[in-house]
Amino acid sequence: MKRLSLLLLAWALALPAQALNIFACEPEWAALAQELAGDKTSIYSATVGTQDPHRVEARPSLIAKARRADLRICTGAELEVGWLPVVLRESANPAIQPGQLGAFEAAAYVTMMDVPTRLDRSEGDVHPGGNPHIQLDPRNYLPIAQALAQRLAQLDPVNAASYQQRHASFHQNWLAAIARWEKQAAPLKGQPIAVQHKGFPYLENWLGMKEIVALEPKPGMEPSAAHLATVLGKLQTQPVRMVLRAAYQSPRPSEWLAERAHIPSVELPFTVGGDGVAKDLYGLFDDTLTRLLAGLK
Amino acid sequence: MKHYLLLGLALCAPLNAVAASDEELRTLRDELKQLKENYQQRLEQLESRLQQAEQRAAEMPVAAPVAQVRSEPAASAYNPAISLILAGTYGNLQLDPAIPPTGFAMSAHSPASQGFNLGESELGFSASIDPRFRGVATLALGAAGGVSVENAFIDTTALGNGVKLRFGRFFSGLGYLNEVHAHAWDFVDQPLVYRSLWNNQLGEDGIQLKWLAPTDTFVELGAELARGRGFPGSDRTKNGSGAGVLFAHVGGDVGASHNWRVGASLHQTQQSDWQSAGVPDLLGTPGGVTDAFTGDVRTGGVDFVWKYAPDGNSSSTSLKLQGEYFRRQQSGLLSYNLATTDSYAVTQSGWYLQGVYKFMPEWRVGVRYDQLDPGTATVGALNAANVISSYGYTPRRTSVMFDYSPSEFSRLRLQFARDQSRLALPDNQMFLQYLMSLGAHGAHGY
Ligand SMILES: [Zn+2]
Repeated sequence: MKRLSLLLLAWALALPAQALNIFACEPEWAALAQELAGDKTSIYSATVGTQDPHRVEARPSLIAKARRADLRICTGAELEVGWLPVVLRESANPAIQPGQLGAFEAAAYVTMMDVPTRLDRSEGDVHPGGNPHIQLDPRNYLPIAQALAQRLAQLDPVNAASYQQRHASFHQNWLAAIARWEKQAAPLKGQPIAVQHKGFPYLENWLGMKEIVALEPKPGMEPSAAHLATVLGKLQTQPVRMVLRAAYQSPRPSEWLAERAHIPSVELPFTVGGDGVAKDLYGLFDDTLTRLLAGLK
Repeated sequence: MKHYLLLGLALCAPLNAVAASDEELRTLRDELKQLKENYQQRLEQLESRLQQAEQRAAEMPVAAPVAQVRSEPAASAYNPAISLILAGTYGNLQLDPAIPPTGFAMSAHSPASQGFNLGESELGFSASIDPRFRGVATLALGAAGGVSVENAFIDTTALGNGVKLRFGRFFSGLGYLNEVHAHAWDFVDQPLVYRSLWNNQLGEDGIQLKWLAPTDTFVELGAELARGRGFPGSDRTKNGSGAGVLFAHVGGDVGASHNWRVGASLHQTQQSDWQSAGVPDLLGTPGGVTDAFTGDVRTGGVDFVWKYAPDGNSSSTSLKLQGEYFRRQQSGLLSYNLATTDSYAVTQSGWYLQGVYKFMPEWRVGVRYDQLDPGTATVGALNAANVISSYGYTPRRTSVMFDYSPSEFSRLRLQFARDQSRLALPDNQMFLQYLMSLGAHGAHGY
């Protein structure tokens, strides 16, 4: 028995440190994990930038990936409610179930916006925890990155120093980038805009843009022609500078309105990988601002 | 850290010192001192940086405590998540739906009904029981007013290593459609092969063991032991099990746009004194006769699903293609008209292929083709002049459906079918259906 345990110990010591397996629900969290953990982990993103994060299939490959994950990083706030519970259950992986050390939900570390005061599905697909699209305010990444670095260190103490160090340098670079973006985005302050889906409250809050109207009559409901006509009517009295939509959304409603209201229709990447330029977190905001500023012209 | 370093150096030092002169020793000592000082400095630098980082971290605003509570979905508070499915259909059929497909009079038969009817309304509860178990119950609300237990099972949640145990009453994991609840079907009714070979869906009381392989490709193996409650089993009230199932699923992605799953299943049970009324015979007895079968029933099947969405974005367009094939062998004793008993064996099979295309947000169209093969029976000499061994007919059906889903929680459906499952009795069928989901937002299976 003693010899066996010695043998096991020797074997365990001889093994190279196993890289952490990270399962990211959305590409922005895969990108953040990449910033903080880089080569120390193997990162898999369950969704790509061109996908609607509300509608993801609990496909077999996700279950297989979740089975071996040491850490899952998701938005939370019920954004993944339509698929993640099935993936978690089918994965039979206790480490990443809700409440475990291997379950990280970014929304828990930021102040949520649009928390509904009334929960009723007649209001559309509202999320009880607030609007889950927290990834478009760069300031949200500061507390999330801090918590994530801590979590990585807890799960992988051997590399704790590396995570701390990478976090410190990400923190510095990100603060500098925010300062740069805020300067660049000054002309957007106070600008009235329309949005196709209520997916941009954090971006609007950060840049001081004013959302006048949403094209979806209720969150998650496709805008009908009749509803678009009322929106157009509203814009006569309350003009906006542009209409925003996420890359994954059908361009039709936005373009219909843009044509008639004579305003630009601006497609935003929405997340990392939403278009060819938004290749990482920095690219996401660089590209978002470039597109917004182009919309002002 | 510092100590280990010095220790290491100290351990190395004597080895080198064996043949060293005093001068060499002095230089070595000096070097060691320098090293020590160097490291001391670096360590101090690192420590101060760490302190700075910690300070910065402490200064950052973190709204965690409030949000943490909120981030837990309301449905997973202590009360079980409750969901209610309200569904109903209106069926316009030219023929009495109770007439079974030709050659399948000895199978179970649960067809769609005519006129207005409350379809598959069901009430579901689910919750974690403790860190190790999760419970699920689904009650089907019968159109006539009764309530039946459709599912009532416990899942283990903490076994790890990809192992999951389920016990209680559940839909068997065989095939693809068998586990899918009626409100998630893509057509109003089940394919003929499920209707005839599994009485729409095989529900069992028993135990299921599943294992998910630790591979990038999805590989799942499962086994079930059960009472044999669902057709083709005969409810067993003795010790031991009355039915067994083995299944395997493999699946994966091809790029971001395609994903797939294929499967194979085996089912085995014994039927004892399974009585079927209205079975046609060679004598042409009006209204048919009642036959009873006792024997072994083995069924094997293969299934596949393939889904496509451009760039993985299924919100505006997507395509889902699926098909399944089952083949059943039964052999045993047949009592013709509950009187003349002799040997009987038959192999029957069936398959379907269907495609559902979402052509714009909220709208889908689907086509399904169904076919059955009644097979040729080997009938014992005593019954050779009584039992029909071959019907010489291939039951088939083609269905087309359109559905409109204003939201994730509501769906309205129109379906037409050309049903040629009964010899010389073709039927044109039309269905209208509503499917509404209230309460907890259930996650959808693959
Ligand atoms: Zn949303």
